[in-house]
Amino acid sequence: MASLKALKIRIGSVKSTQKITKAMKMVAAAKLRRAQEAAEAGRPYAERLEGVVARLAAKVGGADNAPLLLSGTGKDQVHLFVVATSDKGLAGAFNTNIARLARRRADELIAQGKTVKFYTIGRKGRGVLARLYRDQIVHSDEPGDLGKLTFESARAYADDIIARFQAGEFDVAHLFYATFKSVLTQEPTEQQILPVKVPAKAVGDDTDGGAVMEYEPDEESILADLLPRAIAIQIYRALRENAASEQGSKMTAMDNATRNAGDLIKRLQIEYNRSRQAAITTELVEIISGAEAL
Amino acid sequence: MPLHFELVTPEKLLRSEEVHMVVVPGSEGDFGVLEGHAPFMSTIRDGEIMVHKTAGGTPEAIRVEGGLAEVTTKGLTVLAEKAG
Repeated sequence: MASLKALKIRIGSVKSTQKITKAMKMVAAAKLRRAQEAAEAGRPYAERLEGVVARLAAKVGGADNAPLLLSGTGKDQVHLFVVATSDKGLAGAFNTNIARLARRRADELIAQGKTVKFYTIGRKGRGVLARLYRDQIVHSDEPGDLGKLTFESARAYADDIIARFQAGEFDVAHLFYATFKSVLTQEPTEQQILPVKVPAKAVGDDTDGGAVMEYEPDEESILADLLPRAIAIQIYRALRENAASEQGSKMTAMDNATRNAGDLIKRLQIEYNRSRQAAITTELVEIISGAEAL
Repeated sequence: MPLHFELVTPEKLLRSEEVHMVVVPGSEGDFGVLEGHAPFMSTIRDGEIMVHKTAGGTPEAIRVEGGLAEVTTKGLTVLAEKAG
């Protein structure tokens, strides 16, 4: 049995670990609320933009001069996986789950003879993928704190990806992130971002209350202007979801850690009390037998 | 009848209010939107939207960048990448 002093030190150290995990849990809870609010606040824009894109794409999409971003290259040989994770760990299986989904999909595509390239946003995802596909990573970026991410940075990612698409580096782009369902569940999600998928709903209605919509300059130009923005908003949305998911996952992980520390402290405390009691008993026995001997 | 005006950015819904008139810097020239305007969609250039709360009142200017204006029977919606 460990000495009393060693036990006491051990309990002390577990206690301070518990303090840290508890604090991290509370920080995550506060950040989660903010991340959720931000995700909600971005919804009106995304919905309206989606509606406009759907309507325009339905009008222009079928034509031969449809924009490249919409019609695609006509091939699906080279796939680009945009894998969005976080830079920091200690968030349960958050990063691992996203990377695992990306890996599974990549292996499927590779088995079909396709080429897969990776574009990683977030250091943790890169870490996992680099072990297996080091040479296929075309670009990686470290976004820092996901909660502070602005639309501009999402736009920068979108512009970079679009430029690569137009340079013919790949045919299809998929985005990987975790959808925030609840504090307990975050679902790794895959979404095709290029060529732009037209939402099926609201298609074909070009009239508004009986009147025909006027376009300025014209449908094609508006759509060409809008598509990069639609991609940017999808990335922005994904990163926002990721921010909320990361904090949710972190909160759960830290809650578990705090509880484990609590259990450990309880066990150690019992062990400590027993040893202490044993030491006292031994001392008493010594004194009594000493007194009897006199 | 007032015009329902909404200004939305990716970060949040910035404005949603009833106004008299809004002057939008369209990519092919400024245009004013009053209640009952015909359905219309236009890209906008970086510049200032002038929001007239009441007829004849001093307009409020809001700077917008990278956007799109959509007029429907429900009112005017401006989608901007940056505003404020």
